[in-house]
Amino acid sequence: MHLLEDRGTTHPVTSEITPRGVYLARRRLLQSLAAGAALAALPALAQVARPNKLAALPGSKSAVPGALVMDKPTAYADVTSYNNFYEFGTDKSDPARNAGSLKPRPWTVAIEGEIKKPGVYDLDALLKLAPMEERIYRLRCVEGWSMVVPWVGYSLAELIRKVEPTGNAKFVQFVTLADKAQMPGLNQAVLDWPYVEGLRMDEAMHPLTLLAFGLYGEVLPQQNGAPVRAVVPWKYGFKSGKSIVKIRFVEKQPKTSWESAIASEYGFYSNVNPHVDHPRWSQATERRIGEDGLFAKKRPTLMFNGYEPQVGQLYAGMDLKKFY
Amino acid sequence: MQAWTSRSSTDATARIDVNRWLLRREAKPVLFGLALLPFAWLFYGAWANTLGANPAEALIRGTGDWTLRLLCLTLAITPLRQLSGWSALARMRRMLGLFTFFYGLLHFLSFAWLDMGFDFEAIVKDIGKRPFILVGATAFVLMIPLAGTSFNRAIKALGARRWQLLHRLVYATALLALLHFFWMRAAKHNFAEWSVYAAVMAALLGWRLWHWIAARPARAAPVRG
Repeated sequence: MHLLEDRGTTHPVTSEITPRGVYLARRRLLQSLAAGAALAALPALAQVARPNKLAALPGSKSAVPGALVMDKPTAYADVTSYNNFYEFGTDKSDPARNAGSLKPRPWTVAIEGEIKKPGVYDLDALLKLAPMEERIYRLRCVEGWSMVVPWVGYSLAELIRKVEPTGNAKFVQFVTLADKAQMPGLNQAVLDWPYVEGLRMDEAMHPLTLLAFGLYGEVLPQQNGAPVRAVVPWKYGFKSGKSIVKIRFVEKQPKTSWESAIASEYGFYSNVNPHVDHPRWSQATERRIGEDGLFAKKRPTLMFNGYEPQVGQLYAGMDLKKFY
Repeated sequence: MQAWTSRSSTDATARIDVNRWLLRREAKPVLFGLALLPFAWLFYGAWANTLGANPAEALIRGTGDWTLRLLCLTLAITPLRQLSGWSALARMRRMLGLFTFFYGLLHFLSFAWLDMGFDFEAIVKDIGKRPFILVGATAFVLMIPLAGTSFNRAIKALGARRWQLLHRLVYATALLALLHFFWMRAAKHNFAEWSVYAAVMAALLGWRLWHWIAARPARAAPVRG
């Protein structure tokens, strides 16, 4: 190890600091070894127990750095009963109550735009496109609460590579389902339906950006965005579109639904950032659902939701107060 | 003729029955118990953890909802009394007003404690940052002098007329509380529930305005409360 002398303090050279993901993975390996031969023999098995509510969708532990946080996963009951999915109503309890009318099968996703292999992909084809991984991500809602969700899916990059984007593909747009027959909330003009979201190409290609098909080892419940959704763990939850029906590759930065509704409050980037407040409330702290006691102080929100080591370089040199 | 007489006397009997019931000794304790039920329900929910994934939010919203509901009930007493002839309803007005203050206090405390951790600097900053919090806080603060002068001796000390004038502040509280709730729901453009409260308040305040206008030529006469 090289050491740096700096005003009397000795530091390791930055490039030699073990990345968080690596040492966390190492810790987990040691833990599983310590847990005995039975556990050590099955290192690839997912670590959360299935609730046995829906069809199984197993995933092996992800090897992507940062993909398995050490935080305690939020209870399945909370993950599936406290949701923002306005297509089923604006109250947190509405999606769990109303999303039964969503039919996750048959399902297709149109993939189009600046790519060499456009087409309409069937859900079954997407499910087989890459091996399923379990990823335990923090989820921070722009409203000031957070959860920890064990998702099942694979990096969106796997799909993007398969459809071969052209040089003009600078952004990815997600279009989500807007069907009045299945979604009672569409009768309210909360937003311009369908709900659309977008990412810059390098954000979409980042290995942490997940195309999720399940959670807790089972297929996605309807209220969580069945059958396929995006999960971008370092951005506020609304950036992660649910029940996706179209993925478009475009040259110009696409307008998102929240930008169209209130551009002064919701920007294109919407990275979790404790130093940039929402115009109407502070983003410095958050309440972890099901974990922080009723009278506990809220916990500090982490830069990029704690994924700064993995994604910080995507925004190097950018003024994050301007590009909120 | 016969039918008219008999219906009129039935009405009068019913009115007397309701009034007689309202004048009974147990009427006030029964109402007191009823008004405490939402508090008991929320308290039990917090203790037994049946308030859902975000109990803090459920408590803040629940106490806010009940403040608005009790405010509507309090403001309904006078119109209801005059329209129905249940004059003994007047006995219940002070208790309902104090319960409105009680739920408003719980609402403010749950915000200050559960949301802000009693960090007064953060609370003051938040009040400045969020207009809807400022409006809610103002609605609550305006209730403090009303609760503080609700006992008989305060009425005597102030004099009935000045006391009544002071207690018209409740109309400002009603409008501010309504605005507070509107603003809170505005972020999601969800005004279905708000419209119900707005319609009730409009009816209750509109009734008063209509009477005030109707009574204007006779300004010298004592003003209706």
